[in-house]
Amino acid sequence: MHWALFHHPAGHWCLEADGVRYERVAVVRAYPISAPDEAVCVLDSDGHELLWIDSLAGLEEDRRERLRSALNSREFTPVIEAILHISSVSTPSRWTVRTDRGITDLLLPGEEALQRVGARSLLVADAAGVHYLVRDITALDRASRKFLERFL
Amino acid sequence: MNSTGPSQIGTDADAWSRAAQALLSPDEALLAIAETDLDTDRRFAPGAVVLTTSRLLSLALVERRIRLVGEWPLREGMLVLGDHAGVASLDWRCGDALQARWEFRLGLQPAAQTLVDAWLRWREGDHATRSAPCRGCGAPVSVGVSLCEACADDERPPSTLTLLRLWRFARPYRSRLLLGFCLTLAATAATLVPPYLTMPLMDKLLIPYQNGQDLDKRLVSLYMLGLLAAALIGWLLGWARTYVLARVSERIGADLRTATFEHLLNQSVGYFGSKRTGDLMARIGAETERINLFLSLHLLDFATDVLMIGMTAVVLFSINPWLALVTLLPLPVIGYLIHVVRDRLRRGFERADRIWSEVTNVLADTIPGIRVVKAFAQEGREAERFRAANRHNLEVNDRVNKVWSLFAPTITLLTEIGLLVVWAFGIWQVSNDEITVGVLTAFIAYIGRFYTRLDTMSRIVSHTQKAAAGAKRIFDILDHVSNVPEPEHPRPLARIEGRIEFEGVSFRYGNRQVIRRLDLDIRPGEMIGVVGHSGSGKSTLVNLVCRFHDVSEGAIRVDGVDLREFAVADYRRHIGLVLQEPFLFFGTIAENIAYGRPDASRAEIVAAARAANAHEFIMRLPHAYDSLVGERGQSLSGGERQRVSIARALLIDPRILILDEATSSVDSTTEKAIQAALDNLVRGRTTIAIAHRLSTLRRADRLIVLDRGEMVETGTHDELMARHGAYFALHQAQARQAETLLEDGRRSDVVAGAAA
Repeated sequence: MHWALFHHPAGHWCLEADGVRYERVAVVRAYPISAPDEAVCVLDSDGHELLWIDSLAGLEEDRRERLRSALNSREFTPVIEAILHISSVSTPSRWTVRTDRGITDLLLPGEEALQRVGARSLLVADAAGVHYLVRDITALDRASRKFLERFL
Repeated sequence: MNSTGPSQIGTDADAWSRAAQALLSPDEALLAIAETDLDTDRRFAPGAVVLTTSRLLSLALVERRIRLVGEWPLREGMLVLGDHAGVASLDWRCGDALQARWEFRLGLQPAAQTLVDAWLRWREGDHATRSAPCRGCGAPVSVGVSLCEACADDERPPSTLTLLRLWRFARPYRSRLLLGFCLTLAATAATLVPPYLTMPLMDKLLIPYQNGQDLDKRLVSLYMLGLLAAALIGWLLGWARTYVLARVSERIGADLRTATFEHLLNQSVGYFGSKRTGDLMARIGAETERINLFLSLHLLDFATDVLMIGMTAVVLFSINPWLALVTLLPLPVIGYLIHVVRDRLRRGFERADRIWSEVTNVLADTIPGIRVVKAFAQEGREAERFRAANRHNLEVNDRVNKVWSLFAPTITLLTEIGLLVVWAFGIWQVSNDEITVGVLTAFIAYIGRFYTRLDTMSRIVSHTQKAAAGAKRIFDILDHVSNVPEPEHPRPLARIEGRIEFEGVSFRYGNRQVIRRLDLDIRPGEMIGVVGHSGSGKSTLVNLVCRFHDVSEGAIRVDGVDLREFAVADYRRHIGLVLQEPFLFFGTIAENIAYGRPDASRAEIVAAARAANAHEFIMRLPHAYDSLVGERGQSLSGGERQRVSIARALLIDPRILILDEATSSVDSTTEKAIQAALDNLVRGRTTIAIAHRLSTLRRADRLIVLDRGEMVETGTHDELMARHGAYFALHQAQARQAETLLEDGRRSDVVAGAAA
């Protein structure tokens, strides 16, 4: 199938596939945590599937970059690289974290806001509804692991 | 105090406001400021959007200074607020083109909403500024509540000295606690008498006798009687003390358990959705028991020990200060050791506790789902999950025990060394004729007790830590403020008409927007049918009416009054709820029907059952209305349970009735029986009915069609059919499905005919 993804000046994404143009499409990952570079899907504004891409790696540079930028405008899962400080060991606890998007604060409402995904990853859902990801707990530095241990 | 404010950067609302003021021209006024916390690349960076009477300004922090990075005239353009996956965005559009976009986490959305509202008012020609309702962060809050939930969360102090907070539960028993303390004091004093008597026994009787003098029989019997009396008094006081204090601590434990459960019952439905049953059960059961044990046994022992050490020290110093000093020397060392180990142990025990919940969670998951487990032949997997949780438990406990196992022997060693020092110093003093043999014996006798007590005392560390960990987990529950708060001044509610108005209602669950800006007016006595695909927000809608959750934006009014102004229980008394999966409590049928009105007479119960078409099948049960049902009782079919639950709703005679898929889990014959019961129930009440099968909503005065949280159509069945819209599509789909079923039935009839 021939397709092209492009950004509309009104701030949304469009897909042209086999000569048909779809406005306000959404690009989503099927496995955002366990396989972020595989299984990407383009949905129309009603949520129906338009296009399925098995792997981002198999695409040419330009298409891949557009898909990535469309994904980035939709997804927001900062990846925690280090936990710098926690306000208390009992919840609610305010954490200062360093993420791939810079340093920020998050409020952990309860221990159940920490969800293990697979063997090593951890999803942190803060009180405002943002999900933060710890890709590999064992790869964190010692101090961060110590903080985490108080909650896990 | 913003819930997600970039506090570490050191900017606050005031700084933005000052910077914005400085940018204003003379004839310009500030209308609203909304902070943002993401830049255009969606990296965390503080910024702000400023709305003035003529411009929209964009501020950002560049090299620690606030700079103006963009401005747009207000004359043309649209402000649009949206959100996805926890990130909200504010767009400034001119025609079809996006002029600017600010993004920020949802915690900052209320301020952005205020800004958009201010802009809307500006467009209407209203240029006045408005103060923010929540005194914490400016978010719109429930009527009668002064802080929004996020701010209330922030204001709560962190619980560190958790055990001291148990005093709240001990207060009612303080006179008995004082009595127990006095008894402890006296009992401890009594146990100190025997070692003291060894002094005269040695010096006045045994040593003189060894040196050739006669034994004074009178003195011997006097001392023996003294020893016996001390033992007897010690026994009596010890018994009284333990009895009094154990009784008190048992009561404190029971109060704690009850308070926790009561608090739990007042939590919103959402709270239970986010917690695991096994975990909550473990907290209320095991943790309170552990605290109880700690109070009645370990704390009591510890208090006795501290008293004993204090009193012994006084006695020792009064006999011989130098020897006393040497005897007490190891004490600070042991104290230090306890302090070092305390922290590590507490963390370890907290972890062990959490892992323990993990073990119970596997049980709580597997046992209720046993049919699924067996059907998919996953016993092995569940067993492995349990084994893994246990292994995890073992690992954590092993680590704790490593520290712990070193701890106790070290104390014993120190005890032995302490004794050695006392012997050595004592012998030296005796040889210098500074003390008598009797004094040394008394000292050895005292510290023999004393040091063994130190050994048990050291165990209090672990017990205290365990109890503190337990208390923390209990207080986690007790501290959780219900997110369906009771108003500070509830409005009295005697009876209601049943008019329900939705005004701009939105609801967000986590970061998912479930209901969007819904406006709906339901007349008293009207029956509304709600249809839509699953996940379109139907159940959320009725949860909002029941006030199981509070709306995120907008308001629901009953008879013109915001729901949040009523006391929760008062309001729910006027609501009848019939669910898809009716829940029967363990008890008789009559008790289950009268659940919402325990004072109902037998005749009323029968009348309700009759109206619910349940009377006849109940009469067929062996004990009729006294038959036990529920978890361990008589099993009823789905339709029968449903009719019992309808009778339950009928009995409280609610003005508002909610039917959540009341007939969808039963076959069509049963459905007819239930439908007849429901028709009795609906009559004259404001009814909101959700149904998957459109046929069950024939009697509805009005239907609303929900799609992804939005009301897309409303009208009667005929109107909606004529419109050929979403409802029509749903109806066609179901009609086709029914046809296919019919077809299949016919085909199997043909097959059966051929076989015959």
